[in-house]
Amino acid sequence: MSRIGVFICHCGENISRTVDVERVAREVGLLPGVSFSTDYKYMCSDPGQNLLKNAIQEQKLTHIVVAACSPRMHEKTFRKAVEAAGLNPFLCEMANIREHCSWVHENKEEATVKAVEIVGMMVERIKKNRILPGITVPVTKRSLVIGGGIAGIQAALDIADCGHEVILVEREPSIGGHMAQLSETFPTLDCSQCIMTPKMVDVANHPKITLHTFSEVELVEGYIGNFQVTIKKKARSVDEDKCTGCGVCMTKCPQKKIPNKFDQNIGLRTAIYVPFPQAVPNTPVIDRANCTWFKTGKCGVCQKVCGPGAVDFEQEDRLIVEAVGAIVVATGFDLYTIDEKPKGSAIKGYGEFGHGKIPDVIDGMTFERLASASGPTGGKILRPSDGKEPKQIVFIQCIGSRAREKGISYCSKVCCMYTAKHTMLYHHKVHDGQAYVFFMDARTPGKSYDEFWRRSIEEEEAVYIRGMVSRLYQKGDKIVVMGSDIAVGVQVEIEADMVVLATAIQPQKGADTLAQKLGISYDKYHFYSEAHAKLRPVECATAGIYLAGACQGPKDIPETVSQASAAAAKVMTLFSKDQLEREPIVARVREAGCVGCFACKKVCAYGAIEEKEIRDRQGNLIKTVAYVNPGVCAGCGTCQATCPSKCVELDGYTDEQIVAMIEAL
Amino acid sequence: MHPEKTSHTFEPKVIAFVCTWCTYAGADLAGTSRMQYPSNVRVLKFPCTGRIDPVFILKAFQQGADGVLVSGCHPGDCHYIAGNFHARRRFAVFRKLLEFVGVDLNRLQFSWVSAAEGGKWVEVVTDLTERVRAMGPMTEFKELALEEQWSGVIDTPELKEAFSQI
Repeated sequence: MSRIGVFICHCGENISRTVDVERVAREVGLLPGVSFSTDYKYMCSDPGQNLLKNAIQEQKLTHIVVAACSPRMHEKTFRKAVEAAGLNPFLCEMANIREHCSWVHENKEEATVKAVEIVGMMVERIKKNRILPGITVPVTKRSLVIGGGIAGIQAALDIADCGHEVILVEREPSIGGHMAQLSETFPTLDCSQCIMTPKMVDVANHPKITLHTFSEVELVEGYIGNFQVTIKKKARSVDEDKCTGCGVCMTKCPQKKIPNKFDQNIGLRTAIYVPFPQAVPNTPVIDRANCTWFKTGKCGVCQKVCGPGAVDFEQEDRLIVEAVGAIVVATGFDLYTIDEKPKGSAIKGYGEFGHGKIPDVIDGMTFERLASASGPTGGKILRPSDGKEPKQIVFIQCIGSRAREKGISYCSKVCCMYTAKHTMLYHHKVHDGQAYVFFMDARTPGKSYDEFWRRSIEEEEAVYIRGMVSRLYQKGDKIVVMGSDIAVGVQVEIEADMVVLATAIQPQKGADTLAQKLGISYDKYHFYSEAHAKLRPVECATAGIYLAGACQGPKDIPETVSQASAAAAKVMTLFSKDQLEREPIVARVREAGCVGCFACKKVCAYGAIEEKEIRDRQGNLIKTVAYVNPGVCAGCGTCQATCPSKCVELDGYTDEQIVAMIEAL
Repeated sequence: MHPEKTSHTFEPKVIAFVCTWCTYAGADLAGTSRMQYPSNVRVLKFPCTGRIDPVFILKAFQQGADGVLVSGCHPGDCHYIAGNFHARRRFAVFRKLLEFVGVDLNRLQFSWVSAAEGGKWVEVVTDLTERVRAMGPMTEFKELALEEQWSGVIDTPELKEAFSQI
């Protein structure tokens, strides 16, 4: 038999002004099951809590109802107090007679009647409350970081510096990502390689970081604290342990004219290659599609010249399984495809700007490679078509971005700044050249950003034209750019030597496939969705998975680094305890009644419901039932309302409890 | 702000099933903002509208509620990603059942009230209370409850016809 204690709070005068608290205590005291009821001026104060604790012990109370403010305010306070007095905290409930009663009604009689009913409902409810033991989930203190760009590198270093093991997976042969491709970075114009490569080396040398380059995540199973990740290590054809990175193979490889993706295909590389000289790891990879050995079975020069005998044509893809407790997704971005419309995509492409057709119409990343000291031109701005220095250069912003009719309505955020940077780099390298920029708006929020943009106009003499380009075409060796200057209201025509398009930032190709493997949600552009846009910006709704960098939305480097460190901090918070404790408001399946229809599995947004086989002693399958993983369940209860046989129950919100409340009316 | 108090002969019972993250918080906000609304409403808190079984609505009517309000986060704002969408679908179908059972759908109100919409909460609750007050007490279930428990045999012409249409 339950011995319920009811405590009515005056909240100073906040409640007692409109609710006759003594009468509530008196009337509630008559309800069956209630063995003690009283009122007090401030229940949440120290004396109030002591009153509660003493009453539990003296009156041997088993269930507690505190009628006071909103449970959103003080539920934790009272549950703690109840726990301190030796009761399970979930045997304490709050009846909200302040926000939902005394503050919203003026008539004392009505408010008092309502308060009695509210408390009565909670009294009926608490009779059905069960002891809920806290749920603990073991935590594997290793983490997986997917993506080896600046976001992944930063997150990996932060976590590893804290003493936890990190497995860093990168799809390309080297880490570094897009930041390694950049020439200089805004707003300070420091060389990207100079700030990036030391971090890459740190990753390679860090005793706590295991680096898997040229690898992809195949499969993710498990839940927060306990993920099993299968990583596919693609065949590199070079033994990473034996290779010393001397580079002789690359100098001897006869296939020398393969466009290098790292240089946006304007530079060339060999069939056995590292993407760029500072690559980490400095181990070459054989591009099997272009290698003579793999095409014809002849050649094998690299194998012959390799001193340590590291070249291995027989190498195959390998699968590695790693157990991790947390996952940081930092897959970054890709640039908007402007010359070809991706299959099945709603995004339309910008064929009208001649990208792909006119060789001297390039995108921003190609300009970065031209301007980079380690790029294919050694840092000289030269036209891809004839290698001449362009004297008139036109930059066009918002290619793809902010164009709903083209399929992307968001702003790519970094283009205004990098175009301003491009005009500066251009002016530094081509002193007698003139840069023009067609722009819609200059969006430069950020520390020292607007000053930087102003500098590109005032000191570096870039001409900004507000308006868009209607068309451009090749005329001799010039490109005629026709546009409008809406500030002046005239048509503009510029004969340019080169055109640079500031193309939109998009998520990596295959971002959706990876999201499905991870069980995280993404938006219509395939950017990953954070749990809350403002208050949980680095966490996924799926527990134990965190986001860093441009995979979540367009970001510049400082923001990416901040978010990566934030994600690392979240991982470290998770790793700070051996056991993850969580509120036991989770769903449970009554296996005896479950028919295995898995309607619950379909509605669960968290993937918390698994299929569990029940076997007899001989091992024969009796039936397959649903099983709720308490580590993953978020406690929304959608499964319970969906279950046709009523065999899922959300602890703390069982049908019994709800019906008891309704019946109390 | 404070409407003139008038005495009514009939005080309806209104039950509100709300989610804890949006509407319950919205109702709290109405409280902290000291807005006033009829005292007829009793609030039941759920983690999510997705948890609300339509049976609860039937149960509420059966227990003598004259009006039922279901309210949660705005579509797209669900704390649990998509619980409110499941609820919306469920109740779209449930309305049909309720109509079939013979409950006037004006007694049932679905709404989205966010944690910032204290004013909207007041509006929704006041509207529903006044509407139900004008409709008078809900008697259908009470009459049924007075009758003997139904045997489950389809023996009336109306039920037979309805059954043949399913």
